[in-house]
Amino acid sequence: MKAALALADGRIFEGKALGASGETGGEIIFNTSMMGYQEILTDPSYQGQIITMTYPLIGNYGTNREDVESARPYASGFVVKEASGISSNWRADYSLGDYLRRHGIVGIQGVDTRALTRHIRDRGAQQAVLSTESVDPATLVARAQARPAMAGQDLVREVTCTEPYRWEESEWELGQGYRPAGAARFRVVAFDYGVKRNILRILAGAGCRVTVVPATTSAAAVLAEAPDGIFLSNGPGDPEPVTYAVETLRELLGRKPIFGICLGHQLLGLALGASTYKLKFGHHGGNQPVMDLKTRKVEITSQNHGFAIHPDSLAAAGSDLELTHINLNDRTVEGLRHRTLPVFSVQYHPESSPGPHDSRYLFDRFVEMMEAFRESPG
Amino acid sequence: MPKRDDIQKILLIGSGPIVIGQACEFDYSGTQACKALKEEGYTVVLVNSNPATIMTDPDFADRTYIEPITPAVVEKIIAAERPDALLPTMGGQTALNVTMELESSGVLKRHGVRLIGADVAAIHKAEDREAFREAMQRIGLALPRSIYVKSRQEARAAAAEIGFPSIIRPSFTLGGTGGNVAFNEEQFEAYVEWGLDVSPVHQLLIEESVLGWKEFELEVMRDRKDNVVIICSIENLDPMGVHTGDSITVAPAQTLTDKEYQIMRDAAIAIIREIGVDTGGSNVQFAVHPEDGRLVVIEMNPRVSRSSALASKATGFPIAKIAAKLAVGYTLDEITNDITKETPASFEPVLDYCVVKFPRFTFEKFAQTDDTLTTQMKSVGEAMAIGRTFKEALQKAIRSMEIDSHGFESRPHTGEALREKLRTPCADRLWYIGQALRDGMGLDEIYELSKIDRWFLFNIQEIIRFESALREAHELTVLLREAKTLGFSDRRIAEIRGVPERTVREMRRSEGIQATFKTVDTCAAEFEAYTPYLYSTYESECEAGPTMRRKVMILGGGPNRIGQGIEFDYCCVHASFALQEIGYESIMVNCNPETVSTDYDTSDRLYFEPLTLEDVLEIIRVEKPDGVLLQYGGQTPLKLAVPLEQEGVPIIGTSPDAIDRAEDRERFQKLLRKLGLKQPDNGTATSLAEALEIARDIGYPVVVRPSYVLGGRAMSIVFNDGDLEAYMASAVRASSEHPVLLDRFVMNATEIDVDAISDGTDVVIGGIMEHIEEAGIHSGDSACSLPPYSLKPQVLDEIRRQTVALAGELQVVGLMNIQYAVQDDEIFVLEVNPRASRTVPFVSKAIGVPLAKLGAKVMTGMRLAELGFTEERSIPYFCVKEAVFPFLKFPGVDTLLSPEMKSTGEVMGIDRRFGSAFAKSQIGAGTLLPTSGKAFVSVRDTDKQRVLPTVRKLVDLGFEIVATRGTAAFLREHGVAAQVVNKVLEGPPHIVDGITGREIAMVINTPTGLAAEQDSFSIRRSALTYFIPYFTTVAGAREAVNGIEAMAAEELKICPIQEYHRTGGETKS
Repeated sequence: MKAALALADGRIFEGKALGASGETGGEIIFNTSMMGYQEILTDPSYQGQIITMTYPLIGNYGTNREDVESARPYASGFVVKEASGISSNWRADYSLGDYLRRHGIVGIQGVDTRALTRHIRDRGAQQAVLSTESVDPATLVARAQARPAMAGQDLVREVTCTEPYRWEESEWELGQGYRPAGAARFRVVAFDYGVKRNILRILAGAGCRVTVVPATTSAAAVLAEAPDGIFLSNGPGDPEPVTYAVETLRELLGRKPIFGICLGHQLLGLALGASTYKLKFGHHGGNQPVMDLKTRKVEITSQNHGFAIHPDSLAAAGSDLELTHINLNDRTVEGLRHRTLPVFSVQYHPESSPGPHDSRYLFDRFVEMMEAFRESPG
Repeated sequence: MPKRDDIQKILLIGSGPIVIGQACEFDYSGTQACKALKEEGYTVVLVNSNPATIMTDPDFADRTYIEPITPAVVEKIIAAERPDALLPTMGGQTALNVTMELESSGVLKRHGVRLIGADVAAIHKAEDREAFREAMQRIGLALPRSIYVKSRQEARAAAAEIGFPSIIRPSFTLGGTGGNVAFNEEQFEAYVEWGLDVSPVHQLLIEESVLGWKEFELEVMRDRKDNVVIICSIENLDPMGVHTGDSITVAPAQTLTDKEYQIMRDAAIAIIREIGVDTGGSNVQFAVHPEDGRLVVIEMNPRVSRSSALASKATGFPIAKIAAKLAVGYTLDEITNDITKETPASFEPVLDYCVVKFPRFTFEKFAQTDDTLTTQMKSVGEAMAIGRTFKEALQKAIRSMEIDSHGFESRPHTGEALREKLRTPCADRLWYIGQALRDGMGLDEIYELSKIDRWFLFNIQEIIRFESALREAHELTVLLREAKTLGFSDRRIAEIRGVPERTVREMRRSEGIQATFKTVDTCAAEFEAYTPYLYSTYESECEAGPTMRRKVMILGGGPNRIGQGIEFDYCCVHASFALQEIGYESIMVNCNPETVSTDYDTSDRLYFEPLTLEDVLEIIRVEKPDGVLLQYGGQTPLKLAVPLEQEGVPIIGTSPDAIDRAEDRERFQKLLRKLGLKQPDNGTATSLAEALEIARDIGYPVVVRPSYVLGGRAMSIVFNDGDLEAYMASAVRASSEHPVLLDRFVMNATEIDVDAISDGTDVVIGGIMEHIEEAGIHSGDSACSLPPYSLKPQVLDEIRRQTVALAGELQVVGLMNIQYAVQDDEIFVLEVNPRASRTVPFVSKAIGVPLAKLGAKVMTGMRLAELGFTEERSIPYFCVKEAVFPFLKFPGVDTLLSPEMKSTGEVMGIDRRFGSAFAKSQIGAGTLLPTSGKAFVSVRDTDKQRVLPTVRKLVDLGFEIVATRGTAAFLREHGVAAQVVNKVLEGPPHIVDGITGREIAMVINTPTGLAAEQDSFSIRRSALTYFIPYFTTVAGAREAVNGIEAMAAEELKICPIQEYHRTGGETKS
């Protein structure tokens, strides 16, 4: 079956259908990870986005029950050069195509994904429509143009959990699978803006009893849990419209140690008075170099974001905000901390999954912060 | 952190001659290191005995010692040059081993030389298996179970514990020499014995077999701030059991989930930290159990390697260059990525294509050895191909190999014979897999037999299935685009359809199905790329963006093989440099990942492509070059001369017609007659009867060879009708299409090689080389001297006259090479090659004139007068080139030289005195000439008189002579005291006992004929395995003894090539 991808700026890419049939829309972006497509598909931060994989051979090792970052795939669509016709891995359950079909994700293969990536790089991420139905290209382009832009939309509401829940699973080990959470030394409340499970697994592995709460949970309700620390998760889209979260965070600042990742980092920045902006095509991949400005050491990081904190706004927000990490490719803000309050955050994904494990130390830093705060609060 | 300013002068050790396991990749790394270090303002002192390298060009280092890479010589260089630091990680195992010896003998300490890149402790920890094992245990990583042994008894005990199959790995050998898999006790005993012999420390590891596990490699880099990045992951198609150099490998890894990959990545990082490689690149090999993902560490190389060259070409990340910069103190974040220009080197490259590396074997040269692939490397070269899919890259890799395969041609095997082919790894197993799939064998069965991951098998199956679609389709046009995206060559499609290749090409053109070109950019298009490093694929968008500049396209040599190696890459690189110097855009086309020519900064533009007519034409269509230079890459591009010309492609330099006149037997004969030059009597036979008639007519011995192969393939000297009949029966099948050529063998003649250059009007001799060995041994295999050391001046003048006449008649524009045989002052023309020859780099280094550069310039129309090269240089020193052979890698192969080329590489010895230059060439080639001891002599009757002066000289030098009965009797008759030793057949104690007992210091043994060759085989073979110097020709022995004499008279001196060129080498240290 044929399929077509139409971009709002009029560019059309044709290929063959992959996964579910039908039509889907979203912001077209590209991800440069060469592995980990199942984790990427199930990352709730991709809500509202059609993902182009720059690596051309996707699906080689199939999909399995373990390599998921949430209950289901969130991507709006999936674009690849070649989806493997065989799943070759001892853990594989379903082929990529079957997996997408089962979850109703529309995909396309046979696309010159490098041409598409270059186009996105040069023209910017934009709305697109992906269809397996025989619709003429002009109509698809018009539909893409009619779609609302990513900026200004609150996508967190679409992905956050409805009820609080306790997280019980720890990290994955070869031959063991996910291990159960062990004895807890800390209580952590994690705001779910679209949380990736690996964050929760690592927190659990670090001795945290994690309660995941909806994004709209009030500060009072969080504090009522008497947590040792508060975690702000990753999530999709633009942080600016998520005003309720920013307001809640303002109330929580200084009350408990706070650690934010990705959208959580941006929301924290907004709560601290910084501002955010949309990147041309974002950072989506597992090879982004980030420097810790204190140690001057470089971490290879996993990233997935289309918005970022404006570097100039950090200074404007007051001398208490410190830039802790920068991206060495484009000098964008990758991390910040408050000089007096127990608050820090990073733009990238120290939990990776997929991606390198270089930045796991940040979780230790959060634990240390909770420990210190417990001994001398405030 | 800025670069170190506590060091100014850095010594770099190269890897020496090209051998199996150590090839051009170390010219690539050394050249990059030289460039990077000089760029940073350091003074670079280089030692490398290999003249065919770019790095030994006088411009690349400040002081270049083309001297043997031995601890003694390097010590002299250190004493003379007083370097502050030594960078040991660029010259392969050779450089590491020499460095370790210099360290343990205290030389480095004595002269205050610091190691940069990797220190002694790190090298030891990575190289010593026991230390490595302990290190891995410390960081909680598993290895296959293993036991380290130093004797046969210990080995037996180890086998009892580990069981079969088990792996035998000798310590400290190159390319896994002596490594083997034993499936039973008998094999085990044999392999252990051999392994103990070849290990310089007589140490082996007996290891649990992880045969059939998936094999992976990661290329890791670390800087002094402890930043670590993975440059590339590589997955081997051939599972564990086949040396990675002999495996088909794929980048990036294809069948690992992110969770599994990150385990490997974490392990690699932990390993480089634990081993303690402070700065630079390392390679870590892993095995993964296909059914449970269990991971074990196989080994770690604390230096740049063949895989780092591959990873550099596969990703566009220049590992060696960056490693050199890290060694002098930069950190990864301080170095800019050349390709993107704005992002730093502290990142991990991502690919948006698939890379396949394919090994190139030359088993046909070594008939006595079997082509089963094991843990000891046997391939002599490799090609790399890039495609958007594995299928495309694989099919491009196949046609890059130049083994007359253009896809998955069928194989005649079926049933159990076929299954056996799948079970036993061999050079062409891939085609048997194709055949099995064609026969309908299931993926699971093929997997069970071969243990090749089903993902690879499935992709091959898709190719095979499409073949039948192609075969059965009524209309080819509808399938053509898909065929091209699957990587099918026009030629293979044509074969399947039973039409000429041209028909497919024309159909493609009329359908508008043409190759597009994509960029290798390290970042999957996330950033703009400024370096035009391109590959072809069949996609929608072409990024080639050709310029409007004046441009010349250079066709490279493809994979290294015996007969066509680094020398031709050297020429291509020089052509590129020369063209850039005179304002041309240089475009390189090649598919060999080991080479300098495929560095993205060697030429203005690089196309990493197979060198087939189809692939080259697609590039020409896009680039529209003003000229194509195809006379520099050896036979590979030369074969394209006529077809390209027929396609209207402008070929610069000597015309394809002139090339044909030199290559076509009849036209060549006419040419010589016209000029009044002589050649040995000859004839062409299309049947055995004809051959016998011609042979009797011209008289034995006769050199016989098939007409359709080059480089001495299947060439032989026959002495009588019987030999000729045997040859005709086994080696070739003569027919009118494939006639056999017979030449009278010019006995006891001196062979001469001449390299010359012509601009169409003026001809200048580059160098006249006199071979040491008699005519009849392939020119690539014999040692030679420049200038000639024994020929009369009037003979040389006549050779000069003939050379000029031939160049003029052929209207040569560019380089040419002529081979002559001189017998009693009579000159015969053996061969004329109006193209770059294997000796161009040697001659250029010898005379200090970059012949290949000049050649490229005259090919664009410049005159030699303009270039200032108008007369032959005479040099006041001797340069001796010696060949290096891979015999040690091929058990059961005789070491005798013949008209069939067998050497993989060469070294150069330079000295004011011929004897010393020759001695250096021997030492450089690994023949450590003895200065005392017992010399064993056993020669055929015709050589007895000729060898006498040499033996007398040995006696004068204080050697004792040991000889077989016949030779001893002759020597005694002539007043030489010789002790008799038994031949092997005469029973023990015999000569081989003497060799294995290391009582013999050198062996002189010339073969007598087929039967006696068998008899003396064990003598030569044991001398080889025990590293006892051996000489199989009288001339070789004579000059070796002269070399010993020179060494006895005066200690060998060292002098950089720049000094030889400037002062003739008079100001020696």
